[in-house]
Amino acid sequence: MSEKAFQRIYTKLTAITKATVTLEAQGVANDELALVAGRLAQVVKIKDNAVTLQVFGGTEDIPTNAEVTFFGEPPSLNVSDELAGRFFNAYGEPIDGGPAVEGEKRQIGGPSVNPFKRRQPSQLIPTGIAGIDLNNTLVSGQKIPFFADPDQPYNQVMSMVALRADVDKIILGGMGLSNDDYLFFKNQFESAGALHKIISFVNTTDQPPVERLLIPDMALTAAEYFAVDKNEKVLVLLTDMTLYADALSIVSNRMDQIPSKDSMPGSLYSDLAKIYEKAVQLPDGGSITIIAVTTLNDGDITHAIPDNTGYITEGQLFLRADPDSGKVIVDPFRSLSRLKQLVQNKKTREDHSAVMNTSVRLYADAANAKTKLENGFDLSDYDLRCLDYAKEYATRLLAIDVNISIEEMLDTGWELFGKYFTKAETGLKEKLIEKYWKEKA
Amino acid sequence: MKTTGKVTGIIANLVTVEVDGPVAQNEICFIDLDGVELMAEVIKVNGNKASVQVFESTRGLQIGDKVEFQGYMLEVTLGPGLLSSNFDGLQNNLATMEGVFLKRGEYTKALDEEKLWDFKPIAKAGDQVVAADWLGEVKEGWLPHKIMVPFNFKGTYTVKNVVAAGQYNITDTIATLTNAEGEEVKVTMMQKWPVKVAVGGYVEKPRPFKVMETGVRCIDTLNPIAEGGTGFIPGPFGCGKTVLQHALAEQADADIIIMAACGERANEVVEIFTEFPELKDKHTGRSLMERTIIICNTSNMPVAAREASVYTAMTLGEYYRAMGMKVLLLADSTSRWAQALREMSNRLEELPGQDGFPVDLSAIISNFYARAGYVKLNNGQSGSITFIGTVSPAGGNLKEPVTESTKKAARCFYGLSQNRADKKRYPAVDPVDSYSKYLEYPEIIEYLDSKIEKGWVDKVTKTKYIIRRGKDAYEQINILGDDGVPMSYHEQYWKSELVDFVILQQDAFDDIDGSTPLERQKFMLDLVLEICDRSFKFDNFEECTTYFKGLINICRQMNYSEYKSEQFEKYLGQLKEELKHE
Repeated sequence: MSEKAFQRIYTKLTAITKATVTLEAQGVANDELALVAGRLAQVVKIKDNAVTLQVFGGTEDIPTNAEVTFFGEPPSLNVSDELAGRFFNAYGEPIDGGPAVEGEKRQIGGPSVNPFKRRQPSQLIPTGIAGIDLNNTLVSGQKIPFFADPDQPYNQVMSMVALRADVDKIILGGMGLSNDDYLFFKNQFESAGALHKIISFVNTTDQPPVERLLIPDMALTAAEYFAVDKNEKVLVLLTDMTLYADALSIVSNRMDQIPSKDSMPGSLYSDLAKIYEKAVQLPDGGSITIIAVTTLNDGDITHAIPDNTGYITEGQLFLRADPDSGKVIVDPFRSLSRLKQLVQNKKTREDHSAVMNTSVRLYADAANAKTKLENGFDLSDYDLRCLDYAKEYATRLLAIDVNISIEEMLDTGWELFGKYFTKAETGLKEKLIEKYWKEKA
Repeated sequence: MKTTGKVTGIIANLVTVEVDGPVAQNEICFIDLDGVELMAEVIKVNGNKASVQVFESTRGLQIGDKVEFQGYMLEVTLGPGLLSSNFDGLQNNLATMEGVFLKRGEYTKALDEEKLWDFKPIAKAGDQVVAADWLGEVKEGWLPHKIMVPFNFKGTYTVKNVVAAGQYNITDTIATLTNAEGEEVKVTMMQKWPVKVAVGGYVEKPRPFKVMETGVRCIDTLNPIAEGGTGFIPGPFGCGKTVLQHALAEQADADIIIMAACGERANEVVEIFTEFPELKDKHTGRSLMERTIIICNTSNMPVAAREASVYTAMTLGEYYRAMGMKVLLLADSTSRWAQALREMSNRLEELPGQDGFPVDLSAIISNFYARAGYVKLNNGQSGSITFIGTVSPAGGNLKEPVTESTKKAARCFYGLSQNRADKKRYPAVDPVDSYSKYLEYPEIIEYLDSKIEKGWVDKVTKTKYIIRRGKDAYEQINILGDDGVPMSYHEQYWKSELVDFVILQQDAFDDIDGSTPLERQKFMLDLVLEICDRSFKFDNFEECTTYFKGLINICRQMNYSEYKSEQFEKYLGQLKEELKHE
């Protein structure tokens, strides 16, 4: 992003906060970019001649006589096939030592797809992980976050899912990634030999937090290029959206906005929805699927960030450590894929939803039995069988290190039903029992 | 002369405008952004400064940009052709827009002005008419669409003439009326109405006295909603609000369904317009889309239009109600609308109420709910709007302003419980906390007495009692342990589980179980109550558990079978056999 010749230079800031500066200027447009003392900034408020800019790099060290020049346009990204295989910073500048990308200049954060022009998502994205494929099947065009405490291996799971998914492009939007995690992603992509189909926009923890605000729009502008212009299947990975929301609250706080729940801005829902709703199945075959990460504070999903996210996204995948099996599992109670019924029993075997529901219900019975045990009560025979079942179910199906086909997942489900329960206890439809029931070996 | 002005301030979608003449609160204006006209609404005036909320992105807007005020409020176009349409919150027809992306400043006409309709007169020369009286009729698909005296006509008019039966488009004059002063006014098939004003045109709004059948057992059997009644569904995310709303839209016994997707997911709207044309209306056999109108302002569309979307939906409902139609209006989610109000209130730097919401939130919500209702029309016929809104409480906590305000306004409460959803007990409507105030209406009790059977409401009360007692027993068992409580507690608990599994839980995705007609609901409730009336003798609690699990399993198989089919009777036989050796 370069400056234009012969533009007016302002040198008198009237106010500076930690994230914004204000100055008197004319002919400024809402949302346009500017350079403040060499740092990129964006217009967020205009009142008469007073223009307030959000400075992405932070305002440390900026003097009141700093030079300010306006670009006359909002942030943009050059899009072309050359994007593939490249790494960029939050401004869309290469950080891999390669040349700048030539291509059509597109404003980021562009308009929404006309809902009437969308198509219903219907393509299954298999991941090999039963906690996802069996219980929370993913569909292309879906938007879904991992909900996980910071100590869970969400980035590893996400890269695994991305590399197993059958997509044309993978776009990584890293916000507040630790340098180690950034290198982890880079390594994973390289060793899988998938670099050519990966595009990364990365803001690491050592970079200013407000910069992160550009990352999702950059990633999604690139995604729209491939999905809309090239009819490709694009998977966008956004990690970590909690840090993105934190940056939003910093800016709104500096602008003296009244905070709503958990000191988040009142517009948090709309801000997040603008990003997630870019997930789409297009009529000409292209699609954008978004898998994100929302880190939680001690599993608390009532905090404003996961709460608003849950209302926007099409489900969530809840990662937690399971003490009984010693594995990290996709929690079947708290996880949900809202689009799963579009593919279950249709693109998968007819018994898919029945096996899923029954195994989760039996797992819930096991949870009750466990509570009884913890409270010091005697367990019935059924309770004991439930507990044994739960352990095997968690190890063989819920754990994230499982990598099997959906058919195998269903067979395993039936095997466990037969091993631990009677037909009546499962409450399954007789038609299915006749066809698939496996007696205890 | 139109008032004009220029932009003096911009924060996100709130723009301040310096005006050169009179402006009205809620007046519509257009802001000129390099030739693109951005629609906006006045929400505050202070001296010669008007604050307007822009229904579009304000990217690129500059100080000094020109504004032109229109002299009218946000309004919708009413006329034949609304049915089966997909509109955005401002009633732009989404189907006729070009390109994959929504373009700023692109406004499309709600109705096709070229299309010819087969008009048949109803009124004749010399008739005395008032606003909302029927002048004629066209066939809008299956629907006898009444052409009415425009709602904004005040006083009594005399019909000078009505055109003869024939083909006309919506801009053709179809009648000439004379007012008391002898002035003539021409009427077309199209009229406009400001969405934030309730449409009148009826004689009275009696208390609701009929039940609207929805096919959802936990609503119809336990907490029925009245035709012309109001209800709301609050629930944390993932508890099945959307699935429940779609089930209502598919199955409810209404003539017209208006769905306002307000700040929700676009894919949910896609689901409706993809699946509804294929699905059959169980009451008429017609395609579901033929009775549906979608108003769609998804969460990524401009925030200000979210508020407009619910009002647009209500106004369309009122229009069809005035034709004598039974309308079901569903809004998902009213919380998003409240949040849009909060965003604007915040930018206006108003003093915030609880959780940052505007202080008049409660008044706004109850005003809106009050627009629903069953009405007697001028000609003695009746029409109704039944309104069910969803609420998305922050953090799933029902003690928040939107839920609390709505609770004051709506008569039915269908609270979704996280606990039930976690256990996959769908629909996750909490059987203990939820209520329908209509069950207390003598009119409704009388209606149910004649429609289902005498004393039906007593049965419902009894069922609720079984559920509550089961909950108590469950808590005791949890505290004292399986062996620490008398056998009767286990029996109590399992009887409530029987009600839960057979009556309350319903598989929305199953072709048969998904929708249960009232007759079948009665049959199953009678069956379950008959079992609950028995007293059993078990030796130990495990025997009790196994026995009831067996009964539940058979009843569920019945729920999955065609009513009164061979298979159904087979399971019924099995159940009776089972009950013999208690």
